[in-house]
Amino acid sequence: MDKGLSGRAWGVGIAAVAILFILPAFLPRFYIYLISLIFVYGLLATSLNVVLGYGGVFQFHHCVFYGLGAYATALFLTKTGVPFVVSFIAGGVAAAVLSFLMGIITVRLSKLYFGMLQISLGSLVWAIVYRWYAFTGGDDGIHGISLPDIISSQKGAYYFTLSVTLISLFIIYKIIKSPFGSVLQGIRDNPVRSGMVGINVKRHILVALMIAGFFGGVAGSLFVVVDKTVFPDMLFWTLSLEVLIMCLIGGWFNFFGPMLGAAIVIALRTFVSGYTVYWALVYGIVMIFVIFFLPDGVLGYIQQKLKPAKGRVVAKEG
Amino acid sequence: MPVDAAWVLFSEKVLSQILVGLSRTTILFIVASGMSLILGVLRIPNVAHGSLYMIGAFMAYSVSRLFGGGSQGFWMALLLAPLGVAVLSFIAERALFQHLYKREHLMLLLLTFALSLIFGDLTKLVWGAEYKSVPVPQIFQGFVTIIAGFPLPLYNLFLLAVGPVVAVSLWLFVNKTKIGKISRAAAVDREMVSAVGINVSLVFAVVFVVGCFLAGLGGVLVAPTVSVTLGMDHTLIMEAFLIVIMGGLGNIWGALIGALIFGLSQSLGILIWPQFGIIFPYLAVVIVLMIKPTGLLKSTW
Repeated sequence: MDKGLSGRAWGVGIAAVAILFILPAFLPRFYIYLISLIFVYGLLATSLNVVLGYGGVFQFHHCVFYGLGAYATALFLTKTGVPFVVSFIAGGVAAAVLSFLMGIITVRLSKLYFGMLQISLGSLVWAIVYRWYAFTGGDDGIHGISLPDIISSQKGAYYFTLSVTLISLFIIYKIIKSPFGSVLQGIRDNPVRSGMVGINVKRHILVALMIAGFFGGVAGSLFVVVDKTVFPDMLFWTLSLEVLIMCLIGGWFNFFGPMLGAAIVIALRTFVSGYTVYWALVYGIVMIFVIFFLPDGVLGYIQQKLKPAKGRVVAKEG
Repeated sequence: MPVDAAWVLFSEKVLSQILVGLSRTTILFIVASGMSLILGVLRIPNVAHGSLYMIGAFMAYSVSRLFGGGSQGFWMALLLAPLGVAVLSFIAERALFQHLYKREHLMLLLLTFALSLIFGDLTKLVWGAEYKSVPVPQIFQGFVTIIAGFPLPLYNLFLLAVGPVVAVSLWLFVNKTKIGKISRAAAVDREMVSAVGINVSLVFAVVFVVGCFLAGLGGVLVAPTVSVTLGMDHTLIMEAFLIVIMGGLGNIWGALIGALIFGLSQSLGILIWPQFGIIFPYLAVVIVLMIKPTGLLKSTW
């Protein structure tokens, strides 16, 4: 990443946030719901990017944290009488704990094996949630979760989701810009050298995994607020691949890339599925186009066009 | 009561469940061995493998209908459908994959996911969304009673015979043919192999096509035992992937052992604890990988 946001970027950002805050006054319900979903998936993809784009860790089953966060929040809300805030935070904490537990088992492994063991463990969690009817509702999931009055309306959920997403993005951004973030990128570029200069590589990756898991869980809890449902497909591995695609299309190695990718994917799917039942076909073709022609994603491409002269962090090859 | 439980474990019911589980294992092995081959040589975690299996099953339906739906139809399907899948994968490899081998594995993984989406929708486009069924050929329609009171379909026995045949053929292909030996060398050091004047790109294409052929073969073989439907790729692909990891990447015997562990823990798990039956295979994978993170058998490449 570059040194920080320029003045112009700040201007664009503040304008965008202001527009997002007044938008619900003009938009029909469906679009408010859609934009809320973009926040949820955008935060999920951004949290994945902490380990994938900045840490160079092959996290193939990230949505298991998203799903667990959602289930934790939903179960706290339906089975206990604790205040909403506690249930909400419990989602992130549960996901961070799971991420830590999966991390201590897998962190010693090399890239591809790491990703594979993560998938195996994630599938185990999915299988438990999918079958534990008495506790998680099994394959039916949990529907009609009641929320506090303030956020139970569509607009309330929208503002809540927007605020939490912005705060989370700000925190993740600060982490990435901190010395910890720099060390993480050093590990991505060359783990062996980072180890030699005295950095505890495993511990740094473990912390990064927990951060990613926490915010993935928060995204899951936000989904509960937006949709008032949880279902086992939220932990199924195909969703993890979709989140990877969001990062790919928007551009990893790029802070706002995953957010943009989530917006593109959700918009694309919604509008294409309005015209044809074969939206997956269109989706696949778009993905192949991005893989071949925009390897740094849409945002990476735009940045390249905006400042061709400056040295840009290029996606690692090979 | 523990004594009762111990007795149940050795009852006829368990033995018959093992036999049923073994025929499921055969399908898993055939699909997973193809995947293992591709993963070992080309380093592609091929998510589209499940879609090719599904297309194989749908092609089996069409071919067997074309030839009258009887035994003859089944044999023609067994011959033609995997070939059809092989042609499809050859086109995909030449048009797309070969340009990406030098990039990150992640890009290849995402490309295969894109292809699985495209293949899924193409299947829907060509065959429609309805369930299809492929009849069991006449000669395999009876039952045999190996264990008193639990008749086993003849077709399952046929599957049990096919598994070892595939395993041995694949082992011969990888270890005894020239192209198999080159592919193993190329997996380790691609530059070196191409420096001695071998067209590595073509070798990779052949290995990819052989792997996908096996996916198609699995699809044809499973078709008479299940209803052929969209979405049959999703459950299978994860299982095949876990089997490959458990056995050790690129190791055919590893895929066999992995498939045995997976299939048997599934069929026996259902007996022990019906509600959580599906958890046992996943648990087995996790336990194996915690003890041996790189898989049970040595990765041969």
